[in-house]
Amino acid sequence: MQKITCEQLIEKAVALLNDGTVSCVLGWKKGEFDYDITPALFETEEELKNEFVWNDFCRANFSKYLISKTAKCEGKILVFLKPCDTYSFNQLLTEHRFDREKVYAVGIPCEGMADIDKIKAICGDGICKIECGEKIAVSTIYTDEPTLIDAKDVLAERCINCKSKKHVAYDELIGEDGDVIDSGRFDEVAKLEAMTPDERFAFWQNELSRCIRCNACRDVCPACTCEKCVFNNPKSGVENKSPANSFEEQMFHIIRAFHVAGRCTDCGECSRVCPQNIPLHLLNRKFIKDMNEFYGEYQAGAEVGSRAPLVNYTTEDLEPGEVFDRGNKDA
Amino acid sequence: MNNREETLIPKIGVITDIRIDTPDIKTFRVVTPDGKKAFDHRPGQCAMLSIPGVGEAMFSITSSPTNEEFMEFSIKKCGCVTEWLHAAEVGQQITIRGPYGNPFPVDDEFAGKNLLFIAGGVGLAPLRSVINYCRHYRDRYGKIDIVYGSRSKDDLLDYKEIIDEWCNDAGVDVHLTIDREQEGWDGHVGFVPNYVKELGFDTDKTAVLCGPPIMIKFTLEGLTSLGFEKSQVYTTLELRMKCGVGKCGRCNVGSKYVCKDGPVFRFDELDELPDEY
Amino acid sequence: MRKCSINAIDSVFAKIAESLALYLPVDGSDGKATYKKWENGVKWSNALNTVKSPKEFFFPQTEDMMEFKTSGKNIEIIDTREETEDFVIFGVRACDVRSFDILDRVFLTMPVDSYYASKREHSIIVSVACTKPSETCFCKAFGIDPAVPKGDVTVWKTETEIFFESNTAKGADLLSKIADLTEECDNAPVEEQKEKINKIMAKLPLADLKTEAFGGGKTEQYFDHPAWAELSESCLGCGTCTFVCPTCQCYDIKDFNTGNGVIRFRCWDSCMYSEFTRMAHGNNRLSQKERFR
Repeated sequence: MQKITCEQLIEKAVALLNDGTVSCVLGWKKGEFDYDITPALFETEEELKNEFVWNDFCRANFSKYLISKTAKCEGKILVFLKPCDTYSFNQLLTEHRFDREKVYAVGIPCEGMADIDKIKAICGDGICKIECGEKIAVSTIYTDEPTLIDAKDVLAERCINCKSKKHVAYDELIGEDGDVIDSGRFDEVAKLEAMTPDERFAFWQNELSRCIRCNACRDVCPACTCEKCVFNNPKSGVENKSPANSFEEQMFHIIRAFHVAGRCTDCGECSRVCPQNIPLHLLNRKFIKDMNEFYGEYQAGAEVGSRAPLVNYTTEDLEPGEVFDRGNKDA
Repeated sequence: MNNREETLIPKIGVITDIRIDTPDIKTFRVVTPDGKKAFDHRPGQCAMLSIPGVGEAMFSITSSPTNEEFMEFSIKKCGCVTEWLHAAEVGQQITIRGPYGNPFPVDDEFAGKNLLFIAGGVGLAPLRSVINYCRHYRDRYGKIDIVYGSRSKDDLLDYKEIIDEWCNDAGVDVHLTIDREQEGWDGHVGFVPNYVKELGFDTDKTAVLCGPPIMIKFTLEGLTSLGFEKSQVYTTLELRMKCGVGKCGRCNVGSKYVCKDGPVFRFDELDELPDEY
Repeated sequence: MRKCSINAIDSVFAKIAESLALYLPVDGSDGKATYKKWENGVKWSNALNTVKSPKEFFFPQTEDMMEFKTSGKNIEIIDTREETEDFVIFGVRACDVRSFDILDRVFLTMPVDSYYASKREHSIIVSVACTKPSETCFCKAFGIDPAVPKGDVTVWKTETEIFFESNTAKGADLLSKIADLTEECDNAPVEEQKEKINKIMAKLPLADLKTEAFGGGKTEQYFDHPAWAELSESCLGCGTCTFVCPTCQCYDIKDFNTGNGVIRFRCWDSCMYSEFTRMAHGNNRLSQKERFR
């Protein structure tokens, strides 16, 4: 259950809208189903009161939306940021991707978001109503009574591995700020590292062979903000919309992981939107873990303007040979 | 399997002649390796030309169906395929498939009518086929007027054919115009839509328009102000195409596939489609 | 109508697989079902449906079409098409079976698409009725009956038994192959299940969905509707909707230079992509709203 209420957020948004601080609000609203909460732009008090939603399904990270919305919107935009979203927010500012002056950021605490697949695993299909309170009450057409589920039991993978309850950017904070936490998010990566190369190859082949190359991971990724992606350029020769062969497929995600290395904040949006449930965040997390081990702890987006290890030379840097040796040892 | 027909598998074509028309338009003559025409077509229809490894694209067949020896394509340099073709030499093989699209109704609606052809720039390419067809069967049609404009004298396509042949035909009036004054040009200067209005045509004609979207828009307004009904005006659309046979989906507008139901449309038909072409 | 015990289904699969390639929905490591080729030990998924639709069997995500060899100014075209062998797709849901009719209308009308046709003609479709539709289901709005799916053979699955009914000659042929493992039976349990399904269908949140607002001649009416802007607001333009859609059939044709010739292949394309309608004079759908629409 979330500690702050939807009403608190609507009240805050209406106040900021009415006193002219902001001209529009980036928030969540209900999609087709109760668990389908989608990003939306609100411009009036009425829209906010009728449609604004805040509950255990508000998973979208709004940071990337600010690029297009600040360019389009007159005046300031109010954006609600969960702790993890603030890292992407800072990273985008570091990369000068939107005008900070055009944004009013309100930090909101987050108790983790629910994963609908996990809910369905418990109460089955045919969900007709979900109410988020102390517990998540799920009604289906196949049961008479709603099933009560503890949000802790159905947390999304990225929330189980939450890296921080602390907001690293905001103009105003609602509720209390938390701390950076050690949730063991690299355990899963360590498991992959412990595999033999053959096992690891088989693992990724199984996962990546499902890729339909829809590029949703790229489109949602706050670190992928090129206006014209190389993979969309017909003249690049690598534009192929769909996997031409397995080799190419494996390359695509690894290339993407390299492109965002040092800039990926581990927000987990890539895995969230993947229609094929590929754990793409593990690739990025592997890069983060390696960089931490090679160059010292670094969290992208922790502060604005920080230089990622890969673009920051210091005399203490690891020698390429040491990396090579480590790779050899692994093999 | 190989006994199944497949329209997407092309034939080989050989470029037997390349004519430089304007600084960025060349006309290519294409036949099969045994020197024949690749296939028959009707005026206004198109063909898919490709260079393996470069791409495939749809082009209007600019030669008239009455030409039984070869096909011609007037192609403006504006993309991968066209750039490659512009660099090609005589004797180069390409691939060709078609014919695609619907033709101009030369034997039905056009028969016995006075015709007014209006083209801008490379927009003459799709009309050349129908103009020459009508010239070939001259007695089937009434008076023919041709208004053609381009940026400059050098950008006029088929200039030699226009001056040497079209201008000398009885009952064919050619009105040329260029956008800006130019040395050595004593003809009309001005944009096509304005010229059409200046010429002030009677509405006893069927008009055919082709050119850049902006020209089509204003010329259609001009014709309407002269009293033309939309059902008297035809055009030919361009949309991106891949298959050419109404399956791949990208040239779809409303309920129509431009490659199959077009490219030739009457403006009153276009009014029924969503405005996104 | 014929039936077998639910415990006998693996031997039914084994029998079919003796003479025909058999594909069916199988649970993957991510808990989602995908069509896989049956072999010993492979279990039929209980999932309501696969993530990707079975349109892939006839219209694969990528497909080589032909090959070119070039030397100097000359080109050689190599027809690389091969005739498919008969195969069975088992466990197709009513909606997906209906989608084949729609794809047929595109690919099997003149000029027939031989790539699609050769696979389609060699397919034997075994459909299965939906006993537990999801809140996202709305097949009734499109006149599809989830209790009586079409296909060459229709299957109903109860707690204990599997019922088979053939609808075509191909289907009868398939059932004759497994005649030893099935027995002639009464259709009462199936009728009972149909009734149950229909009751569930009426309870679904999208049961009252109507399609009357769409269709021929009505496009213009909604073309400038504000809902397009609202709905496209959160659209990423990823095209997933078109990739998982059983009836989306847009494709791109591309050339791939292998270094030893050129392979021309086609792959799924999506109207959600920015390059979809780009052409010489520009692009006629510039915003995601226009593409979403």
